[in-house]
Amino acid sequence: MNAMLNMLADVGGSFWMPPQASEIAGEVDWLFFFIFWICVFFFLLILVLLVAFAWKYRYREGQPMLDAPKHNTAAELTWTFIPTVIVIVIFFYGFKGYLHMVVPPPNAFEVDVTAHMWDYTFSYPYPNDQISDDNKLHIPVNQPVVFVLTSTDVLHGFYIPVFRIKKDVVPGRYNKIWATATMTGEFDLFCTQYCGQDHSSMRRKVVVQSAADFNKWVNGLGGGGLKGPARGHYLWATRGCSTCHSVDGSATGKAPTWKDVYGSEVVTMKDGTMTADEDYLHDVISHPNIHPLPGFQPLMPPTEGLINDADISDIILYLKSISKYYHPALPAAGGPSTQPSTVPAK
Amino acid sequence: MSIAQHPSKEAQPDNYLTHGKGFMSWAFTLDHKRIGLLYMAFVLSAFAFGGTFAVLLRTSLLTPNHWMIADDTKAKLFYNNMFSLHGAVMVFMFIIPAVPAILGNFVLPMMLGAKDVAFPRLNLMSLWIYAIGACFFGWVLFGGILRTLFDIHLPFGWGLDTGWTFYTPFSTSKAEDGMVAGVLGAFVLGFSSILTGVNFITSIHTLRPRGMTWFRMPLFLWALYATSIIQILATPVLAITLLLLVAERLLHVGIFDSSLGGDPVLFQHFFWFYSHPAVYIMILPGMGVISEVISSHSRKHIFGYNFIALSSVALALLGFLVWGHHLFVAGQSNVADSIFSLLTFSVAIPSAVKVFNWLSTLYRGSIRFTPAMLFAMGFILLFTIGGLTGLFLGALQTDVPLHDTYFVIAHFHYVMVGSMVFAFLAGMYHWFPKMFGKMTNPFWGRVGAIMLFIGFNVTFFPQFVMGAHGSPRRWATYPAEFQVYHDISTVGAYIMAISLITVLINWLAALKWGKPAPANPWGANTLEWRTPSPPPHDNFPTPPIADDPYDMSKWEFDPSIEGWVIRQTEAPHPPDDRTLSVPH
Repeated sequence: MNAMLNMLADVGGSFWMPPQASEIAGEVDWLFFFIFWICVFFFLLILVLLVAFAWKYRYREGQPMLDAPKHNTAAELTWTFIPTVIVIVIFFYGFKGYLHMVVPPPNAFEVDVTAHMWDYTFSYPYPNDQISDDNKLHIPVNQPVVFVLTSTDVLHGFYIPVFRIKKDVVPGRYNKIWATATMTGEFDLFCTQYCGQDHSSMRRKVVVQSAADFNKWVNGLGGGGLKGPARGHYLWATRGCSTCHSVDGSATGKAPTWKDVYGSEVVTMKDGTMTADEDYLHDVISHPNIHPLPGFQPLMPPTEGLINDADISDIILYLKSISKYYHPALPAAGGPSTQPSTVPAK
Repeated sequence: MSIAQHPSKEAQPDNYLTHGKGFMSWAFTLDHKRIGLLYMAFVLSAFAFGGTFAVLLRTSLLTPNHWMIADDTKAKLFYNNMFSLHGAVMVFMFIIPAVPAILGNFVLPMMLGAKDVAFPRLNLMSLWIYAIGACFFGWVLFGGILRTLFDIHLPFGWGLDTGWTFYTPFSTSKAEDGMVAGVLGAFVLGFSSILTGVNFITSIHTLRPRGMTWFRMPLFLWALYATSIIQILATPVLAITLLLLVAERLLHVGIFDSSLGGDPVLFQHFFWFYSHPAVYIMILPGMGVISEVISSHSRKHIFGYNFIALSSVALALLGFLVWGHHLFVAGQSNVADSIFSLLTFSVAIPSAVKVFNWLSTLYRGSIRFTPAMLFAMGFILLFTIGGLTGLFLGALQTDVPLHDTYFVIAHFHYVMVGSMVFAFLAGMYHWFPKMFGKMTNPFWGRVGAIMLFIGFNVTFFPQFVMGAHGSPRRWATYPAEFQVYHDISTVGAYIMAISLITVLINWLAALKWGKPAPANPWGANTLEWRTPSPPPHDNFPTPPIADDPYDMSKWEFDPSIEGWVIRQTEAPHPPDDRTLSVPH
């Protein structure tokens, strides 16, 4: 039995609860166990009475019927009154703690969380309005952080078990929840609101860092000194493109690979065959699903606010760099070229 | 009364099962007893259908990444279709109609000493509306499974992958095409529920026999009355909501989808305004059954009749005021959250009152461990756990981490399965002799009850722990750390399946080989036991007169028929003023 309990407790924390990694967690767990012991008491009371009565008053041959009251107003009022008092006490603690849990302090650091099927974008309006570059939610330890949640498509959830916080992520609204992490490390972040096919894969990590580490990380966001194709690659990795588009030619089943797409002939469902030139690529990035492709669901989330025109230019440069259809000539060395450089047709 | 006293000594009289033969005599019967049996056939088929997929679903969760199907997309679609099927079938086709439509239809008119319900034709109509709705909805859901698994496209077999809750905007913008068909299925089933409710309320108002005042009504009738009120008031709201869903999906009218200018949270308010009261549609009739069973099988007057009767009404009314607790993390205002939390706790009080009253009924009783009684005792324990774990979810602060996790799954299965199914089975064992005129084998009935109790706890208790540790619901795949809980749970599901099959075999064996049942095998004093088992077509040779339904003192055991008969020395219906309930 002990081995069994140990095995069950293997996920960290106690038998009942995961580790506590936020300021509020201790308070939540206190209330949880307060209610827990009330439940244990009443369950045992009912179990003992049930078993005792069932045994003591079991039917036996020849036993005469015992006299018993049909009701007892005093007893009935007592067991109406006692639960009433208990639930009011539980309500009070739950209410008090909840207000603490949902009202963010005014000095909280803000992270904007945008959910879509089936991923999150974590963006940091301060200091440089940039997006997390490893698809993880980084936050500093020991500092209140408020998460401003919204969705671009359907309902999602935002749940960090070790912080004991959860809020639905609703399209067309901004929900807020906050926490102060008390422990550095990497923790789970789960989507808790059913959102379709890959709901169960919508699991990300929260990285709690020391203030110094976090500042270094957040200040380096945005591709900093990267230029052109390198920044395009950075955007691919950090803007959610990499969830569905590969860059090495492998098939993900969700969207076409980016390898060799520039300059290729694309067969679209509505508009026939189109050449994937700069205009085409700009359109399909800025207006997702504008040209649905056979074999793929039109599932690309909106990119508005996520990728601007300068970003698209860098992405197109990156696409060129990984396409076999793009053969730029470099300017001739040593002087102005006498012939115009041309991009060879495929 | 002579028939009631010596049924086995009479020549085999005509009964409702033999009254009229052939398909038409059943399909177009106006007899509430036959309609109850037909409901039983449909509802139990739905239970088997939903149960099979529950077992499949748990089997696919044996490993962190689905092992039954190699293709990731296919496996996830399969899982999503399965849990939607399981939820929709169990809620709309099994739990809601189980006790009212099967036991209620069979027992209610006889408890009233009446020939039938108030509107027999309406009753027949509600049966066939149910059957059509259930077959259509079931087909749509099952078609989805075939489509995801084998790429078989049945007409209307679109499938549903929204869960039984149809949350927007997923359902109106992204979900599979079966959404509209599924919604229509639920819409049709709702009408069956409303018509049954209308029928029961009218019957209870107009058909009560001489001597049956409101506070001399069996508690099962109080429970059905409270249930019917909810069915009539809440179900139309669901119907309207479902129509709005269809309007948004097909006509793109912006109601719930924010991209069309609607509000997704509004849908949740509408949906739970029905679906929370629906929880009481499910559990209240079960509570009524338990009051009858506990009292009859401990041969004791029910304790605190008035408190139990009024707590049913209280639950029906309070059940309408608590829907907001399903939206604690959806982003409704903190003020609304707080008010709904307080109101939610009010539901705990009538529930606690009932449990303590049932326990007190056992006190100084003469308890028979019949299968019905074991199921009822299982009900008390499981309902206690289900109710107490509701305290964690009603309290705002502890609800936040537990919301939408397996803790909630475990909690509502303790109420819906642990309580409702146990109550249904208790009622089935209690009234089985009356329905079919055969006694079940008590040994195998007890085995079924004990095994189901064990299997149930093995299945659902680990889910509390898994949920508290943070595992969200509706996950086709999961991190490895949760596997141990899932595996224990799946083993429990297999035990449950075996127990339920045991129960079914026990019933079928009783139909074939069971001993003939006496008119009153348990010595209960409600009116349905004063007519032979099975009852004649018209229920009662002479209209019975009601007295205190829980005063069993005038019945004595007659070993020659293995049943209870009214003691000869007393008048058949002694007016007993002590049994009149005095309002407090």
